[in-house]
Amino acid sequence: MSIADKVAVRLRVNGEDMAVMVLPYKTLLEVLREDLGLTGTKHGCELGECSTCGVLVDGKPYLSCLAMPLDLEGRDIVTVEGMARGSDPHPLQVAFAELGAAQCGYCTPAMLLTAMALLDRNPNPSRQAIKDALSGVLCRCTGYVKIFEAVELAASRGAAGG
Amino acid sequence: MADDLTIIGKSLTKPDAYAKVSGQTKFADDLAPPRMVYGRILRSPHPHARILSVDTSRARALPGVLAVITGDDLPVKFGILPVSQDEEALAREKVRYVGDPIAAVAATDEWIADEALELIEVQVKTLPAFMSIPDAIAGGNEPIHGQSNVHKAVALEFGDTEEAIQAAAYSREDLVFFEGNTHLPMEQHAAVAQYGADGKLTLWTSSQTPHYVHRALGKVLELPMSRIRVIATPNGGGFGGKSDIFSHELVAAKLAIVTGRPVKITLTREEVFYAHRGRHPVLMKVRTGFSKEGRITGMQFQSFLDGGGYGSYGVATTYYTGALQATTYAIPRYRFEGVRLFTNKPPCGPKRGHGTPQPRFALEIHLDKAAEALGLDPVEIRRRNLVRPDSRTVNWLRITSCGLDDCINKVVEGSRFLERRRAMPSGRGLGFAVSSYLTGAGTAIYWNDMPHSEVQLKLDRNGGVALLCGAIDIGQGSDHILAAIVAEVLGVELEDIQLTTADTDLTPIDLGSYSSRVTFMAGNAAKAAAESVRQRLLQSAAMALHCDPEDLVARGRRIFRRTRPEDGLSVAQAVQLVEAEQGVVTGTGSYTPPRLAGPYKGSGVGPSPAYSYSAAVVEVDCDPRTGEVRVPEVWIAHDIGRAINPVLVEGQVEGSVYMALGEALMEEQSFRLGLHKFPSLLEYKSPTALEAPVMHTYLVETIDREGPFGAKEAGQGPLLPVIPAVANAVYNALGVRIDEIPITPDKVLKALHDKGKRVGPKSVPAFGFPPLIKSDVPEEWRGK
Repeated sequence: MSIADKVAVRLRVNGEDMAVMVLPYKTLLEVLREDLGLTGTKHGCELGECSTCGVLVDGKPYLSCLAMPLDLEGRDIVTVEGMARGSDPHPLQVAFAELGAAQCGYCTPAMLLTAMALLDRNPNPSRQAIKDALSGVLCRCTGYVKIFEAVELAASRGAAGG
Repeated sequence: MADDLTIIGKSLTKPDAYAKVSGQTKFADDLAPPRMVYGRILRSPHPHARILSVDTSRARALPGVLAVITGDDLPVKFGILPVSQDEEALAREKVRYVGDPIAAVAATDEWIADEALELIEVQVKTLPAFMSIPDAIAGGNEPIHGQSNVHKAVALEFGDTEEAIQAAAYSREDLVFFEGNTHLPMEQHAAVAQYGADGKLTLWTSSQTPHYVHRALGKVLELPMSRIRVIATPNGGGFGGKSDIFSHELVAAKLAIVTGRPVKITLTREEVFYAHRGRHPVLMKVRTGFSKEGRITGMQFQSFLDGGGYGSYGVATTYYTGALQATTYAIPRYRFEGVRLFTNKPPCGPKRGHGTPQPRFALEIHLDKAAEALGLDPVEIRRRNLVRPDSRTVNWLRITSCGLDDCINKVVEGSRFLERRRAMPSGRGLGFAVSSYLTGAGTAIYWNDMPHSEVQLKLDRNGGVALLCGAIDIGQGSDHILAAIVAEVLGVELEDIQLTTADTDLTPIDLGSYSSRVTFMAGNAAKAAAESVRQRLLQSAAMALHCDPEDLVARGRRIFRRTRPEDGLSVAQAVQLVEAEQGVVTGTGSYTPPRLAGPYKGSGVGPSPAYSYSAAVVEVDCDPRTGEVRVPEVWIAHDIGRAINPVLVEGQVEGSVYMALGEALMEEQSFRLGLHKFPSLLEYKSPTALEAPVMHTYLVETIDREGPFGAKEAGQGPLLPVIPAVANAVYNALGVRIDEIPITPDKVLKALHDKGKRVGPKSVPAFGFPPLIKSDVPEEWRGK
């Protein structure tokens, strides 16, 4: 195998339009982490099994380890780095911090983004709706309880659309 | 005192929380120094084979490959325990499990590195593999190591157990098996090594034990430790899985030295399953005598551990399978025989509870069965045997604070266990169990007289505090514990504390985030350091305020008179006074656990400065048609000593319950022809959000007299009672005994159709344990 020529891709990440030269076989996960320095997006398997690499594409949870940047031109990609407004964290981030919902913090970016997508379509979700929405994102630290509580706390503070 | 505390005991936001929720925390794989290249490791596809040759010439010739190394480049053996120096960074003569490292490559990108691995030609002679405990005991022409597959065999006795059991009104024997499972942290292990032009090596690694990695690097690379700097990055989950010395850490360092370039090695998820060092599969036999009132008269416990291909922590694990039976129950006479076998599987090591969840599972279902035979309820038989606070077990473990009785009351009352268990709806059941765990191992991994934890503080003129400690946060909240204790003692706020942790160049020693030791040991060191500084601040403040230092209080960034709070100065002003008089304001604190080992060989495993206690009630919902077991609700009480931060303690307890349910119902490392059957996150089943039960968490505070502000541990203990409570609940629900973990649907169905309504081991292999070491017993047990 020889190094393939890089190709230009136009991506919209966290509201910012950018042209990036990438190796065409690199996944969105790799481009975010290695080419754009957005290391907040993590990886747990790189096989689409754990959702640790989850980002939002057009507002919906999306597995960046299975996504190819070339397929995502013109789409709206949001990573954990795009959740804050300036220096003000998103209400979900505040709730996760306050309730200890991030223990090791490794699944946290994907968990937060998935929860944000949930609150954007359902501002006051039931516990079961939260469980359903987050069921694809594995966490090994928390037993999920503090995560559910944090989503509920953020919802009660009107996090949707925040 | 408790009312005076402003930070300890409060559910404050931990110092690293906002970095974690913003994605700013730098895990090892997030690091990419300029000019970095990628390392990959070639691993054995054979479970047991002799290496005849390794030809790297074609790999070396591939453009983009900077280095290829083999075992001959790293010939010095290592191992986490001084008694088990049996590993090589890259195998030289033999491979002992599928996944055993053989060679490694550094290349300019990962794809080239992977391609290069395929060009390495390894000639081997395959050998018969030993894949189970009976296989390993039966032996063969070529054992895995040395002359026999027996890694460690121990036999201890405290009092005449045979006599006690023979004379008992009732006795029983149970055989139990606990399958191995793995930690599965969401972060794969990763390490980045850099070798400077100054001849200094730096290794960033996702490790729970940077100090031990530092020692191993010095040994294997044959470099002075002063030329090696190990920085542990925040661990993306540990659970014991990152507390060993790993091949990729040594290999990344060697490749950095060979290439002169920073080298990163991140394991794939599949490699993590093979790197393992997780829960040992353990086959157990427990035999106990009881008086007619249900009091234990004597116990004999046997364990057979399936250790995998190398020693790892296994000698300690072997002892741990026999150590903590007596920390919950007053057992007057006790015998323990344990053997760890080498097998051709990934090496096992410590996982949350290290060697104690397996015997706890056996003991707690054994007691349930005994209770039924004796006509006692499951709670009563335990209450009749409870260990007392401030006592010594027959195997010489010192018990100090013990809130087990309270824990039992909390979960039994909370769940209405006794009222409900006899009248559960169809398929529903309630199970109960208790347990205990260490608050830090009383001895270091290598014997020495030095402290186990050390903390250094430096105060700046504005009242800020730099806190340096070797402890590493693995998600358990150790950064918060350190900061909270120092802030409380100095009367400053959490955000005034700047932490530098786990950097062997900068931070004084902490032995690592294992054995639930950090809160107690590093916490005590932090408290001592802060108190030494506080004393000097108060003295200078007292001079300025013309009063006695004893009359002063430090709180809210001020030092003021207890009786006249308006009469005071700021902590920053006090620092300036001390600095003007004495120069830089620093303080250190250290913690060395008391010497607690008993008077017998093997007594170094089990002693701890304090034990935590837990009790659990688990409700199950079983489907007798499918064998499926669901857990809708769990009641868990934990004696934490004191909760330094209740929300973080709850998180540890809830996470322990979760991990226990995974072990109880679905998780297993199992192998076919040496290959892991399901080394992926999809196929290795672990509980998702959908399986999360309703949890009722009760924190019991016993204010341990030696713990920092009375604190004990929370990270491991609460896992222990949940697993047997699930098994006991399944019995309550369906009348079947699954004496084997995990309790999968096929086993439940099999038990429902079994004449004896049981699934579990039917025998233990014949094995000649060494002669019993008959230990003296503590004064209070003599003649009992």
